Amino acid sequence: MSALQKMMGWVDDRFPLTSTYKAHLSEYYAPKNFNFWYFFGSLALLLLVLQIVTGIFLTMNYKPDAELAFASVEYIMRDVEWGWLIRYMHSTGASMFFVVVYLHMFRGLMYGSYRKPRELIWIFGVLIYLVLMAEAFAGYLLPWGQMSYWGAQVIVNLFAAVPFIGEDLSIWIRGDYVISDATLNRFFAFHVIALPLVLLALVVAHLVALHEVGSNNPDGIEIKKHKDPVTHIPLDGIPFHPYYTVKDIVGVIVFLMVFSAILFFAPEMGGYFLEAANFVPADSLKTPEHIAPLWYFTPFYAILRAVPPLFGSQFPGVVAMGMSIVLMFFLPWLDRSKVKSIRYRGPIYKTMLALFIVSFIGLGYLGLLPATPVATIFAQIFSVIYFLFFLLMPWYTSIDKTKPEPERVTG
Amino acid sequence: MKRLKNFLFLLAAAPVVAFAAGPSVPLDKAPVNLTDKESLQRGARVFVNYCLNCHSASVMRYSRLEDLGLTEEQITGNLMFAADKPGETMTIGMTKADGKAWFGATPPDLSVIARSRGADWLYTYLRTFYRDDSTVTGWNNTVFDKVGMPHAMWDLQGEMAPVYKTQDGHDVIERLELVKPGSVTLAQYDAMVGDLVNYLVWMGEPAQVQRKQLGVIVLLFLAVFFVVAYYLKKEFWKDIH
Repeated sequence: MSALQKMMGWVDDRFPLTSTYKAHLSEYYAPKNFNFWYFFGSLALLLLVLQIVTGIFLTMNYKPDAELAFASVEYIMRDVEWGWLIRYMHSTGASMFFVVVYLHMFRGLMYGSYRKPRELIWIFGVLIYLVLMAEAFAGYLLPWGQMSYWGAQVIVNLFAAVPFIGEDLSIWIRGDYVISDATLNRFFAFHVIALPLVLLALVVAHLVALHEVGSNNPDGIEIKKHKDPVTHIPLDGIPFHPYYTVKDIVGVIVFLMVFSAILFFAPEMGGYFLEAANFVPADSLKTPEHIAPLWYFTPFYAILRAVPPLFGSQFPGVVAMGMSIVLMFFLPWLDRSKVKSIRYRGPIYKTMLALFIVSFIGLGYLGLLPATPVATIFAQIFSVIYFLFFLLMPWYTSIDKTKPEPERVTG
Repeated sequence: MKRLKNFLFLLAAAPVVAFAAGPSVPLDKAPVNLTDKESLQRGARVFVNYCLNCHSASVMRYSRLEDLGLTEEQITGNLMFAADKPGETMTIGMTKADGKAWFGATPPDLSVIARSRGADWLYTYLRTFYRDDSTVTGWNNTVFDKVGMPHAMWDLQGEMAPVYKTQDGHDVIERLELVKPGSVTLAQYDAMVGDLVNYLVWMGEPAQVQRKQLGVIVLLFLAVFFVVAYYLKKEFWKDIH
């Protein structure tokens, strides 16, 4: 027995190192037919690590103080060694995190990855998405630019629309009557400690649940139905390590090329990743001409604006916006189809999914624009489609004409 | 089908309708070239002489001007009027309260002004001041109506007056006309403002030249790494069917 083996034996007697490594990597059997869409899970994990590491370095020089915050970001951009690189990694990483997460969620929709027995994976995923939005929202206040300030003002004011307790609720969130130093400090606390902790815990839960039931695949069939009679290894499964680790490295490099192209040559991404108005320090007395949230929130912002006020209250819009996310949790039970994957679904589901995607992107686009009468009508049409995709799902998935699923995975 | 066509047409027309209310003054293209160090040096000189009295650049250190090929002696001798050490930032003596009292609004800090306004806006704005007796300062601007800032470089450009045309029953400014020449020609003035805007763009993010250079190296590295990773993946996967 070599010294290394001895040492591993010593550790394994006290800590499940080898068994954990086997369970989650070298003997975790993933379907062999993963396609392009299966890169985004590991890429999301990469971005989580990137955001945490760059975030740690940013906190070393950032000052969560209304008087100093804006200048401290510029200090990082100018005087901190490689500060500009760390800051741009973090700001580009935030937007790219959402790009990756949206594609990851779309994959789930296409291949029915939320269906039994993966309901909890999906629910943990939606929770991750919610916390990620809160994390991004809190983080966007920190540079203390005009858009940070007024974006936060608009969103926190939404809580004021809640009947009876709204006004008190919004003051409780802000810690003041307007967005102020107190708000900045608490958002900093949420952004660097509270929400990342929740996020990490949820990601662990997401992965533990995934590895308990096994990964779905583009055919939407269970590889565990056909196991080798002797080894009990799924016939269509391959060990995650080394097969998917080497494959994911290729995906990571391609992703990093896109990421670097943005970071080094267009870190503002035409105003979508870093808004021009956010290079003006926050001014509580000067409202910018046009306040738009960052692009990854705009679909929900458009839904909010699409709903007309009732008795002068924005509350119905706030409820609609909340419902648009809450509905996602029920997806596993709304879908009544006999098959999981889009490959074997009928024309109705395919049409509904296409309409849903067009509506979501359409809403995202409209949410960036000032609300004009024409834009509002479009936002209303798209919002109705968005909700019908979920609400009519039990009906249209059960009448849809599906194709038979194969017994074993196809290419 | 016809309905779908109408719908698609409306969809395509939506942004046009939505943007119709945007700013109407066309902006001139600023001659930005961050590799032209002489232009950036000239711009820095204009900046410290004409801007850095009312406007600060409070996160910009004088010593950073060394990136433009200037020596410490050149910076301290020719460009530093309001600071003792080159490590200091470009602050000004005028307080925010004074600025507000004198101009109606505190003159903004210019450290990242090119990132909020954009180079073309600045280039147009600095060249379109005109005489207007109805304002407090006697100056107005075609891209920033009733701006609180007077024409700081009027002695260079001279005085411009608007030429109006009638459009939909309203008098609108068609162009500006030089009525009282300044110390330089209009072409020289435009070139000066071009240098200044070039400098402002550079000052908005002094690391941007280095950023782009590094980006090329990073992408080349990733391209090589991609080839290695691709064949590694292929080698591992050759027995999976």
